[in-house]
Amino acid sequence: MWVFAPHVAHHAKAGQFLIVRVNESGERIPLTISAVDGDAVRIIFMAVGKTTELLSSLRPGDMIRDIAGPLGRPSEIATYGTCVIIGGGVGIASAPIIAKAAKAAGNYVIGIIGARNSGLLILEDEMRACCDELFVATDDGSKGIHGFAADVLKAEMEKRTIDCVWIIGPAIMMKVTSGVTKKSNIKTFVSLNPIMVDGTGMCGSCRVQVAGRTRFACVDGPEFDAHQVDFDLLMQRGRTYQPEEHEALEHYHEHSCSCKGGI
Amino acid sequence: MEDRAAGQRVHDFFEVSSGLSPDEALFEAERCLQCKKPKCVNGCPVGIDIPSFIAEIALGNFRKAAEIIKADNMLPAICGRVCPQETQCEGQCVLSGKEKPISIGSLERFIADWERAHGTSVPDSQPPTGRHVAVIGSGPAGLTAAAELSRLGHRVTLFESLHEAGGVLMYGIPEFRLPKEIVRAEVEQVLAMGVEIRLNHLAGRSITVPELMKFDAVFLATGAGLPNFMGIPGEQLNGVYSANEFLTRVNFMHADQFPGYDTPVKRGSRVVVAGGGNVAMDAARVARRLGAKVTLVYRRREEDLPARANEVIHAREEGVEILSCANPIRIVGGTCVTGVECVRMEMCALDETGRPSARPLDGMTFTIDADMFIEAVGQGPNPLLISEIKGIEREKAGNVAVDAEGRTSVPRIFAAGDVATGAATVILAMGTAKEAARSIDRMLKEE
Repeated sequence: MWVFAPHVAHHAKAGQFLIVRVNESGERIPLTISAVDGDAVRIIFMAVGKTTELLSSLRPGDMIRDIAGPLGRPSEIATYGTCVIIGGGVGIASAPIIAKAAKAAGNYVIGIIGARNSGLLILEDEMRACCDELFVATDDGSKGIHGFAADVLKAEMEKRTIDCVWIIGPAIMMKVTSGVTKKSNIKTFVSLNPIMVDGTGMCGSCRVQVAGRTRFACVDGPEFDAHQVDFDLLMQRGRTYQPEEHEALEHYHEHSCSCKGGI
Repeated sequence: MEDRAAGQRVHDFFEVSSGLSPDEALFEAERCLQCKKPKCVNGCPVGIDIPSFIAEIALGNFRKAAEIIKADNMLPAICGRVCPQETQCEGQCVLSGKEKPISIGSLERFIADWERAHGTSVPDSQPPTGRHVAVIGSGPAGLTAAAELSRLGHRVTLFESLHEAGGVLMYGIPEFRLPKEIVRAEVEQVLAMGVEIRLNHLAGRSITVPELMKFDAVFLATGAGLPNFMGIPGEQLNGVYSANEFLTRVNFMHADQFPGYDTPVKRGSRVVVAGGGNVAMDAARVARRLGAKVTLVYRRREEDLPARANEVIHAREEGVEILSCANPIRIVGGTCVTGVECVRMEMCALDETGRPSARPLDGMTFTIDADMFIEAVGQGPNPLLISEIKGIEREKAGNVAVDAEGRTSVPRIFAAGDVATGAATVILAMGTAKEAARSIDRMLKEE
C-alpha cells in the first residue's frame, strides 16, 4: 500500500519504520517503511489483527488518520563485502530497501526470501532486480528450495565468505536464522518489532534485552546485533496482549460491515 | 465546592470536584486582603497579578479577571487544576497562618472555566516581525512559548511527535485531574493566535536539525518523557509498566474504553505502584478506576511524598494503600507478574532538600501479591533530538544546560521546561518558557 506522507518520505532511510493510527479510535502500530517514491512511502502488512484488517479495507483515495515517522535508527549500511539480506514472511517487506542501500554502498548482495508457501511470498521480482543473486525458499516446497531461509544461508556460508547478514522476519525465524551465523561470528543484524505505543522513546513498552541491557527498540533500534538479542523474552513480551488482540478482532468483525469499508 | 464522594469517583474518570459556583467565587474573592505588597505573586512562577484578578472577581467582572490572568498565563484552566498552589501562591498568602489561605487555584480555575463557557477572546498580538521560530514540543513549555512568541509578533511553527497537541497534559495527567476537553480548548486558543502546528512530526527524524536551523530561532520544549526503570530483576515480565506507558495507554489512547478504542491495557486485580510523586499518584488512581486493589510503595516517609498534598488525600480517599519506608527490589513471576518483593527502608540523615536519605534494612523483606507492577520513579529528557544537535551542552542528569535567559550553548537554540530543568511542574515549565521566549524576542528584535 502506498501512502502519501511527505514528512516521512523525504527523510526515510533503509531500516526505519513509521507509526499509523488508522482512525480516531485506532491503535498506533509500527510498520516498516518498505519503499519510498517522492512524497509517498510504501507499507506492507498482513491482515492478522484489527488494525491491519482495517488498513486492508482502505481503498485508493481513503485517508489514514495519522502517520508519524520516519522512526528508529536507519540500518548500519557500510561497505562490508558480501552481504546477505534475508526476509521471512511479511518481513520481506523491509528487504529490498536494505538490499538497495547495501548494493549502493558497494557490497555484493545476496537475497534470500522465504515464506510458508508460495502464496505468501512477496516482492520476488523487486528483490531479483536489486540483488546480485536471489534465493527463494518455502516451508512446504511450493516454490524454490524446500526448506527454511536458515538452510539456504547455511549452504551459502559453506560455499563462500559472508561478511554481513540482515535478517528480518518473525521473532522465531530471526532467532533460528541468526543462530546459523553465531558460530562463525558473522556480523548479523535483526530488525525487532515489539509492541509499541508512541514509538518515540516515551513509554518503554518496546523494551528489549540486548547484551543484557534494556534497550528501547523504537529509538535505539529497531535493528540490533542479532547475537546479543534475547529472542525468548521478545516472544514472551509479544504475547502480552494476545487475549485482547483476539477480542478486538472479534469485536471488529461483529461491529463492522463490508459496505462501510469497516470503519 | 465539594469533592465528589470517593466511592463514586473510583468508578469513573470525571473530575474530583466541579469547581466553585459564582457565589462561592465571590465569597472567596472578598476574603482577599488585597495586600499592598502581595506575597502570592512572588510565589507564582509566571507572576500572575493575583490581587488584581481577585479584585475583579469580587466586583463580578469575570471577563476582566480573565484578561488579567491571560496577560501572564495562557493556560489558566490547566494551572488552576494542576499547580501545587500550597507551595506557591497559596503557600505565600498572609492568611495562611491565621485562617485558610485564599483558594487562588480554585479562583483561577473558576475564571478560566467561566470564560470558556462564555466565549473566549484572542489576545492582541504585536505587528508581524517577519521572523520565524520553530518550537519543538507542544506541552506546557511549548504552548507557552508559542503563545508568547506569537503575541510578540513572530511567526511560530510548533512540532509535535504525537497525534494530538498537549504533551504531558494529554498523555500524562489523567482525565479526572485535567479533562482533555480543557486541554484541547486551551491549545485551540494558542492556535487561534496564529501558531501553526505540525502533528506526527518527530523533530530529529521528520525534520532534521539542519532543517530546523533554517528557522530564525529554535525553542526546545521536548520535556522529560523518557521513563526511568529501577533496574531490578523481573522488570521484563509481562504486566510490568512504566507509569508513562500505563498512563499513555489510558489517558491518550483511551484503553479504559477497550474494545471501543483499539488500544488495550492490562487490568490488574492487585497492582503495586512504585514511587511517590504526582505521576505515581496518577497511575495508582487510574489503576483503582480500572478495578484494581492498589498499593503504592514509597521509599521515604509519608511526609516526604513529593506529590501535591491534594493528590495524596484524593488517592487515599479512593482506597489507594500507601506503604512508606519500603522499596521494591524484585518482581516475582514466571511469564507474568505474581508478586513484588520489597525491602524495609531506614531513614538516615536529612539531605539539602530536607528529606532523609533512605537505606535498605538487610533481610527485612516481604512480598506483596500482585499481578501488575507500575514504575513511577521519575523521568528524564528524551535524548533523541538533543543527541543530534552538535555541540549542545548537557548537564549530568541529561538535561540541556541553559543560562538564566534560556540560551543553550548553541547559538539560536533555546530550551525551557523539563528538558532544561529536569522533571518538574507544569507551571515551572511555563515560567521558564516565558523567560526564554522573551529572550528569543530580544535577540530577534536586536538583530
